[in-house]
Amino acid sequence: MTTYRDAVRTALQTLLREDPRVFFMGEDVGRYGGPYAVSKGLLEEFGEDRVRDTPLCESTFVGAGIGAALGGMRPIVEVMTVNFSLLALDQVVNNAAVMRHMSGGQFEVPIAVRMATGGGKQIAAQHSHSLENWYAHVPGIKVLAPATVQDAHDMLLAAVEDPDPVFVFEHQMLYGIEGPLDIDSTPPSPWKAAIRRDGADVSLIAYGGSVHKALTAAVELEKEGVSAEVVDLRSLRPLDRDTIIGSVSRTHRAVVIDEAWKTGSLASEISAILAEDAFYELDAPVARVCTLEVPIPYAKHLEEAAIPQVDRIVEAAKRTVGDG
Amino acid sequence: MTLDISRDHALELLRDMIRIRRLEEKSAELYAKQKIRGFLHLYIGEEAVGVGAMHALREDDNIVATYREHGHALVRGIPAGEIMAEMYGKANGCSGGRGGSMHLFSADRRFYGGHAIVGGGMPIAVGLALADKMKAEPRVTACFFGDGATDEGEFHESLNLAALWKLPVLFLCENNEYAMGTALYRHVSDRNIANNPPAYGVPADSVNGMDVVAVERAVHNESELVRETSQPRFLELKTYRFRAHSMYDAELYRSKEEVEEHKKQDPIDSFQERAMSDELITQTDIDAIEADAAEEIAAAVEFAEQGEWEPAEDITRHTYARDLS
Repeated sequence: MTTYRDAVRTALQTLLREDPRVFFMGEDVGRYGGPYAVSKGLLEEFGEDRVRDTPLCESTFVGAGIGAALGGMRPIVEVMTVNFSLLALDQVVNNAAVMRHMSGGQFEVPIAVRMATGGGKQIAAQHSHSLENWYAHVPGIKVLAPATVQDAHDMLLAAVEDPDPVFVFEHQMLYGIEGPLDIDSTPPSPWKAAIRRDGADVSLIAYGGSVHKALTAAVELEKEGVSAEVVDLRSLRPLDRDTIIGSVSRTHRAVVIDEAWKTGSLASEISAILAEDAFYELDAPVARVCTLEVPIPYAKHLEEAAIPQVDRIVEAAKRTVGDG
Repeated sequence: MTLDISRDHALELLRDMIRIRRLEEKSAELYAKQKIRGFLHLYIGEEAVGVGAMHALREDDNIVATYREHGHALVRGIPAGEIMAEMYGKANGCSGGRGGSMHLFSADRRFYGGHAIVGGGMPIAVGLALADKMKAEPRVTACFFGDGATDEGEFHESLNLAALWKLPVLFLCENNEYAMGTALYRHVSDRNIANNPPAYGVPADSVNGMDVVAVERAVHNESELVRETSQPRFLELKTYRFRAHSMYDAELYRSKEEVEEHKKQDPIDSFQERAMSDELITQTDIDAIEADAAEEIAAAVEFAEQGEWEPAEDITRHTYARDLS
């Protein structure tokens, strides 16, 4: 068994060993070993040239990653958390996303950007955001959200290999989880959703940290006689419409779980996809379980109340099957 | 003071300044005829900066420019026809009609764009220089930006990062005294912009940006120092924009007298006068250059007129390497 953190580190090591164009930079990724201890030992193995501690200038080190990608390198940029990535949004939206199109296909930006996301650690309103949907909104970039140890490894490899800018969101509560890691298997396409648990009565559609809550909810539901399927979106842009619609076409009910605020969320997007393309498959209104529309509070009981929890998922699923 | 350059070189410099001036005048005319739409930022008055700098840089160097970049692109070697076609929005434009006036690109010419978010091109220049440094390429990345960009956080961050990592970037500040319509004294606390970079360990100098020979010499010296030392340097080019910020600008923030005063320093007129008094060139040379430029621009307009519109069905092309659908 391997931790999620070690799986990311293994992928980083593989990439740095195998491709001289790859380098890794971000705040505290070198000497400190990474804020989540993901990159421990990489500076010692690969040296200052390829593992770079940056100043605290998110916009400029993300922009420098874009420039280095334009210049033929394969940069992996760690932005400590999504919260700080807001300072780099100009570079993401106005440069990384548009460069290929705006230059008529002459230039490409093969950059991979990793960042931690989500709440759950009582670090309050400025350190607990889930803003994956801001990124997934933008054409020209791709967005991945690995929920499993295997995906944490495979998706980073895929992100670096991809010729387009790829943003990888790692939920901060997942770094310590354990799971199997097979580094020799051929990974499934990172752009496809996965069915993590088969079920017949309702589809629980989630990504990142919420996938685990959905799986726990499915176990609870089973005890009450409700068979829940769990869909792990994996890729947030592009969204795998076929797998989403396929699952709902079997279960005819959907609960979308998203740690973002409900308004304008990916949960809203998925609900709209179901309304557009699976309307006649639905036997009940789509339900969304999202973060309450408040800044994430510090106090434990308040944070828990704000963020989607297993009981809210169970409750929503039971409502859709007419048992709530 | 004599110019101390050859006749051939004097002719080259003059030719390129006149090419830019005539391209820009034609662009303004075509904007009025609605052939060119969107934003159009003219370089008239600032030609000595682009021409001097491009003549000083090497073919293999990288260029990152701003949204006022027609002149840079032209002298860098992007054909006038492809620039004009881009402004028309035609498929034979240098960015396939997707960029327009503010986003001219050329992979062949290592021209990494017209960037239209003020300061946004600076981190990209830092990254290009980082790539070159890691690959041990003896290349300089020349990063153009205006005085307005020095207000932005990315200016300060980029100077710091380039100095910290010893990256071969030449920061070229085209100080035309206005951040759009806000005068220098109203947008910076220290009007001597070259005072800033040394705080980050970046050597800085200023040069008269209306003097093409002075610009060329300064950019040559600075770029070769950047190349030799693999460390960033900063050069302020003091210039002035004779036309409005863009075609939407009513120029209510400055007086006609101020503009007229600066026009006395017109980079083309003043260079012609000096080159003639040095007996490097004659009126016949100037007439020949004007005739060639007129012909080049007319051909460029024809190229743009004849260009095809890209089919709307192809709109998603180049959003990703491969279509996602």
